[in-house]
Amino acid sequence: MSYLEVKDLKVHFPVKGGLFGRTLAHIKAVDGVNFSIEKGKTYGLVGESGSGKTTTGRAIIGLNKITSGQVFFEGQDITNLNKANKDIRRDIQMIFQDPYSSLNPKKRVIDIISEPLRNYEKLTKGEETKRVQELLELVGLNPESILKYPHEFSGGQRQRIGIARAIALKPKLIIADEPVSALDVSVQAQVLNFMKEIQKELGLTYLFISHDLGVIKHMCDQIGIMYKGRYVESGTKEDIFNHPQHIYTKRLVAAIPDMNPRNRQQHLQFRQEVKNEYEQAYNQYFDDEGLAFQLQPVSDTHLVALPEKG
Amino acid sequence: MSEPILKIDNLRTSFRIKDDYYPAVDGVSLTVNKNELLAIVGESGCGKSALAFSIMNLHSRAKIEGNINFKGQNIVNLPTSKLNKLRGKDMGMIFQDPLTALNPLMIIGEQIGEILLIHGTNSAEKRKERVLELLNKVGIPRPEHVFNQFPHELSGGMRQRVVIAMAIANNPELLIADEPTTALDVTIQSQILDLIKELKEESGAGVILITHDLGVVAEMADRVAVMYAGQIVEIADVYTLFENPLHPYTRSLLNSVPTANEEQSTLHVIQGVVPALQNLPREGCRFGARIPWIADSAHEKNPQLHEVSPGHFVRCTCYKDFHFPDRDKEGNRHVVS
Amino acid sequence: MWKFSIRRIMIMIPQVILLSIIVFMLAKMMPGDALTGLIDPNVDPNTIAEKREELGLNDPWYEQYTRWVAGVFTGDLGQSFHFKMPVSELVWQRIVNSFWLSLLTLVLTYLIAIPLGITSGRYNDSWADRLITGYTYIGFAAPLFIFALVMLWIFGFHLGWFPTGGSVKPGLTPGTFEYVMSKLYHMLLPALSMALITTVSTVQYLRSEIIDTKQKDFILTARAKGASESRVYNRHILRNSLLPIAAFFGYEITGLIGGSIFIENIFGYPGMGQLFLNSILLRDYSVVTSLVLLFGILTILGTLLSDIILSLVDPRIRIK
Repeated sequence: MSYLEVKDLKVHFPVKGGLFGRTLAHIKAVDGVNFSIEKGKTYGLVGESGSGKTTTGRAIIGLNKITSGQVFFEGQDITNLNKANKDIRRDIQMIFQDPYSSLNPKKRVIDIISEPLRNYEKLTKGEETKRVQELLELVGLNPESILKYPHEFSGGQRQRIGIARAIALKPKLIIADEPVSALDVSVQAQVLNFMKEIQKELGLTYLFISHDLGVIKHMCDQIGIMYKGRYVESGTKEDIFNHPQHIYTKRLVAAIPDMNPRNRQQHLQFRQEVKNEYEQAYNQYFDDEGLAFQLQPVSDTHLVALPEKG
Repeated sequence: MSEPILKIDNLRTSFRIKDDYYPAVDGVSLTVNKNELLAIVGESGCGKSALAFSIMNLHSRAKIEGNINFKGQNIVNLPTSKLNKLRGKDMGMIFQDPLTALNPLMIIGEQIGEILLIHGTNSAEKRKERVLELLNKVGIPRPEHVFNQFPHELSGGMRQRVVIAMAIANNPELLIADEPTTALDVTIQSQILDLIKELKEESGAGVILITHDLGVVAEMADRVAVMYAGQIVEIADVYTLFENPLHPYTRSLLNSVPTANEEQSTLHVIQGVVPALQNLPREGCRFGARIPWIADSAHEKNPQLHEVSPGHFVRCTCYKDFHFPDRDKEGNRHVVS
Repeated sequence: MWKFSIRRIMIMIPQVILLSIIVFMLAKMMPGDALTGLIDPNVDPNTIAEKREELGLNDPWYEQYTRWVAGVFTGDLGQSFHFKMPVSELVWQRIVNSFWLSLLTLVLTYLIAIPLGITSGRYNDSWADRLITGYTYIGFAAPLFIFALVMLWIFGFHLGWFPTGGSVKPGLTPGTFEYVMSKLYHMLLPALSMALITTVSTVQYLRSEIIDTKQKDFILTARAKGASESRVYNRHILRNSLLPIAAFFGYEITGLIGGSIFIENIFGYPGMGQLFLNSILLRDYSVVTSLVLLFGILTILGTLLSDIILSLVDPRIRIK
């Protein structure tokens, strides 16, 4: 069994309406998602807004209620993480997208980072300060700055504070939800490098959620592409970037800007071709509701959502 | 090709912080030609948006000095009444976030119609006809229906198309796009960029594209100006800039992008942070503090733009000595002893 | 939109029922009942007890409540022991007076609030703005009843420009022009006193709405379109800032009810507010319960109105 395994995960949000605010329908934010992550690897979850990628991450860590399906971590069922064993809960942590809003502006760095420590470990004041200083050093910030407030840091530094908070309990799995989307390129580089470093150092496993295929390609070993709550394709980095099979994946890949301006004409043409293919073949790749089909294996590692044959 | 429609000369835009004015745009000179797309690229705080807003005088409280020559007159500090004859007519603007850029309480037809009305299309039928034509042009399906819709009823991509329709309504000669795709999804981004490009080709307008995304620059620009700390540090045509970048900032920036095409295990990180406006060094090379391994003697006292080849300008002399900390000047990796 | 309104009205029904139960229970808890004050103390207690039985005053509370509600529905609110007339008739006279006073107050409130709020918001941090915000702070700090007394003393007694009591000059025939003018003349000072105080929240609200809207991105869009300053203000800033003010209207009504109790008493204006306070002092319980019920229903209606206006004017809520 894999390190983290998600089986037929569904997260449906009720839509209230009508005269008495009854539940009229459900938004199927996540609608039957299966994937597994190997220990020490980075799994990329890609999709555009509304694809359900963030909801999936939040559901695993218990921030969204799971409608049905199961989540296993190190072989243990953690579908109901909030009720699960405290030890497992501390093994999974999350890094949030916006380092500006995810840190409480009224709290000092020491209080932000030690919050998880206070929840799980009984440390004396002195031990706590020492731990926070060690963590700050680990994320490359000045250990002297424990009494500063978030606004005294730059965006990249804030994201490191967020990371320090996430790794405070020495977790095994980190769910990173668009961790660099709010950052400038050079700062983004800093955070990405750093995430790779601590992954090696602490043996972390990442679930890396992003809409940016460039970042995903740089970071991930395995990739899953989501569209409207379902998987359209999953496979290794090779499979997805070099042999995309689903027209939606092709479209995403074609939309990545080419860094060589000489290829521009060619790339535009490619984009047009993919767009035409997308429009023409839409009905072959999506069902009547515009949703993806079930995943079918096309190789050992590569799964694509295609209609069942016959 | 080189028929300038906009000529900016020594532009300085200062914001007031406490009791002093600090220039966010500090001595920028550039030209935009007809049918040319000039990309201005840089990270947040480099002054690129401040520059774009200065051209249209959209800053609410800023001191703008220098020259912006547009249609035969200096439009810096032109009285608003005169400027209003140009804004929306000869120059159009596309904003970053199409949701907040549209009035939530006005139907789409009225919002686009307003720009026609302001610039003299008095007949309501003619306005409606033109609005429908514009909606069609920017690729909005069912224009008749969208005409009566409110912004919140449209998707992000559709809203940005509406903003573009508005910007091009009076066939402007200059189009300023301030991070037009930052708030949009990847697939929508490429569609919007292709649309901007198509409209440019068709109308022959000059376009200023403000962006932080080097990939977008590579796909779109004819010429590129790289800004750092309020100044242009390098300006060149797009091929030269990507194939022979010279300024340390340009090179660092290019090396920090996790390109989808190239495998690198570690990305380049620029040391330090962009200094806050009040703390900007006003003397010497502004990027010097972030490449401390380059000797002080490599920098100019008062860095100027140098023309290294026709049309390729680089600020300061430090580019000659620049190398990445882990490589020598020829680009070979150091062997760490 | 229709669904929303209907749902909103449906929610109102249990609110009103709950209100009526509370009002009824409170009335029951008050010492004494309809017979305590009415009857000559020399009457034989046995007779009173019989009378109580006959009037159903010994029945369980829910039976009495049902009778009372049935009465309310048929317009029978009981008898006022002080005025010796049906409460419904008594209240009706006062409602008309209070209605006109409230209407005038509302008109004055907006006549003051809109120009002041606009000036203050458009030219924020100017001298005019500082003066206006200064006024609003005073308005927030000054208790209505003290301010009203000062107004009455200055303009009523000292300068003698306005009458100091009543709702109309005695001896005029209703319906004549003079009668209407006299009514208006009597209402002006109380309405103005109340408006000057209650308007400050609307001024502040409008001011902050305008300042807020001024910084919105779509205002930049409007400027980039080449819209003149007046167009930017009238078409974009004002329109978008006035809508929340319109929605505030219903709550304004709610505020008026509280204010009218003070104002009508201070100016001796025969409206519901005055009747309410008098009835409490006279222990005229049937009138008090009826008025509390009425005030409560008006408050619920006010908030209902606000919600419906909001849903009408804001397309983001309307289209759903």
